[in-house]
Amino acid sequence: MKYLALILSNLKRHKLRTVLTMLSILVAFLLFGYLAAIRTAFTAGIDVADLDRLIVRHKVSLIQLLPASYEARMEQVEGVDEAVGQTWFGGYYQEQRNQFAQMPVKPGEFMDMYPEYVLADDEKEAWLNTRTGAIAGSQIAERFGWKVGDKVPITATIWTMNDGSQTWDFDLVGIYESGEKGTDTTQFFFHYDYFDESRPDWGKGLVGWYTVRIDDPERSAEISAAIDAEFANSQAETKAEPEGAFLQGFANQIGDIGFIMTSIVAMVFFTILLVAGNTMAYAVRERTNELAVLKALGFTDTGVMGLVLGESFLLTAIGGGIGLALSWLMVSAGDPTNGFLVVFFIPGRDMIMGVVLIGVTALVAGILPALQAQRLHIADALRR
Amino acid sequence: MSETETAASGSLVRVQNVDKIFKRGSEEVHVLGGLNLEIPEGEFLALMGPSGSGKSTLLNLIGGLDRPSQGSVEVGGERVDQLSNRKLAAWRARHIGLVFQFYNLMPVLSAQKNVELPLLLTHLSRSERKKRAAIALEIVGLSDRNGHFPRTLSGGEQQRVGIARAIVTDPTLLLCDEPTGDLDRKSGDEVLDLLQALNREQGKTIIMVTHDIHAAARAGRTLYLDKGQLSSEANV
Repeated sequence: MKYLALILSNLKRHKLRTVLTMLSILVAFLLFGYLAAIRTAFTAGIDVADLDRLIVRHKVSLIQLLPASYEARMEQVEGVDEAVGQTWFGGYYQEQRNQFAQMPVKPGEFMDMYPEYVLADDEKEAWLNTRTGAIAGSQIAERFGWKVGDKVPITATIWTMNDGSQTWDFDLVGIYESGEKGTDTTQFFFHYDYFDESRPDWGKGLVGWYTVRIDDPERSAEISAAIDAEFANSQAETKAEPEGAFLQGFANQIGDIGFIMTSIVAMVFFTILLVAGNTMAYAVRERTNELAVLKALGFTDTGVMGLVLGESFLLTAIGGGIGLALSWLMVSAGDPTNGFLVVFFIPGRDMIMGVVLIGVTALVAGILPALQAQRLHIADALRR
Repeated sequence: MSETETAASGSLVRVQNVDKIFKRGSEEVHVLGGLNLEIPEGEFLALMGPSGSGKSTLLNLIGGLDRPSQGSVEVGGERVDQLSNRKLAAWRARHIGLVFQFYNLMPVLSAQKNVELPLLLTHLSRSERKKRAAIALEIVGLSDRNGHFPRTLSGGEQQRVGIARAIVTDPTLLLCDEPTGDLDRKSGDEVLDLLQALNREQGKTIIMVTHDIHAAARAGRTLYLDKGQLSSEANV
């Protein structure tokens, strides 16, 4: 701590240069935090995907439907505990721009399959017993100002009712919360039975995909193969895969978000390293004489090297720390797309990665000037 | 005439058969050749000689800022030339006070903080460091300037801060490299008065490199260095 005043004084030597460098570092870390939140939003669900859950869809494409009768056959496959069907409803609330995920499911089985969706007991009971009952995630309910007991009309874009009507009326009987960080609380679930009875004949008895719980995650490949084999050579062949892989593949349809984000962050940090490294190199070069004086006074080679590295760390820690804090504040203020991003937060591991990056940036930017300072020959430097 | 001090005891500094060779590209420059010197404790020695004669090099060797190409340098019984870099740094911090021609103060630190710098290497508490720096500044007559930054001080005042920094650890030996070289006559005299007082009143051993005869006259003894050799008289 006794050297902190010395390090701080050196940073104050060229205030404008220090401030500009800090701002560059700040922007880089702000971007890092914000992009981490966006990446998390695009890959939502992957992190909370259960290892013992598989997704089974039509082999050709996700938009091809599967027979509802597959559920019972799948549950006969060795290693499968339970299967639950879901179907993309694709409706909107009031205006077309208010689109979000709605799925018909079998409530009891569905709640067992997804314990991360937390619903109060009385609301769960109400959902089981209300044919037109639906539950909404807390985020989507907040977005539209819904509360339990509301009538929620959803306009269908795919599934018109068998009477030709496009509007489906639901009774909101529950609002589920997230039981695990990263859980999607922007979805809307309703009874499969109500859906199947009310939809046109051409779609009856079909579901979009199945979520399957297996008894041993280590056998997921084997069980996936067994499910696919069960429906091989049928009119609706299946593709079974772990839930995480399915969600990753879904996210990849937009593009390899992780790769895009990593590329942007890498380019930004490469530039920042040049900026910070340049600042540190200048700082050492213009202070050659002073560093030699410190050594002459009795500071060791390692001590002087430590002072230069300390300066690099302080510069990066202040800029990077403020950048990360600002990104956290901005992300905490909410999703900038008004609900398009299903989750929006900076995961703890990314914050830790940010702190590690601060250290790495400081080290990489400062190490060469620090080594230069360490190797400085006192007599030569004093003669300059 | 080569100068060989022969005092068997009481020598604080003993330089024996020292060569110093600098390499400039492929060329070797012999700055000091077979130099011998003994300086008794409590002496105020002036080193004179033309530019490039090796005065500062000799001072650097005695202060452990550089190493001889050959020969030995002993200060207070310690073979300075044989110490590792780490031990040498610690030895300098404990035993050597350095005064430079251009003061070499840290521009971003106040006079007080500049004087405190060598004390950062000790285990002294913050308050103790502050107290000792205040005493050193008082000795050089700058108590009222302790919060001033170097740029707000005159040359003479900056040099006095430099001297305060040099004496704050109570070193065995004060090495002054042209301490009045950048000062006007009046400020130079004040600095020399101070060095003389430190030598006479506190018994500090001082080696002062200077071009100035007037400054050298303040020392107890003057040696001349030319072409790598010491003599007690200037070769005119």
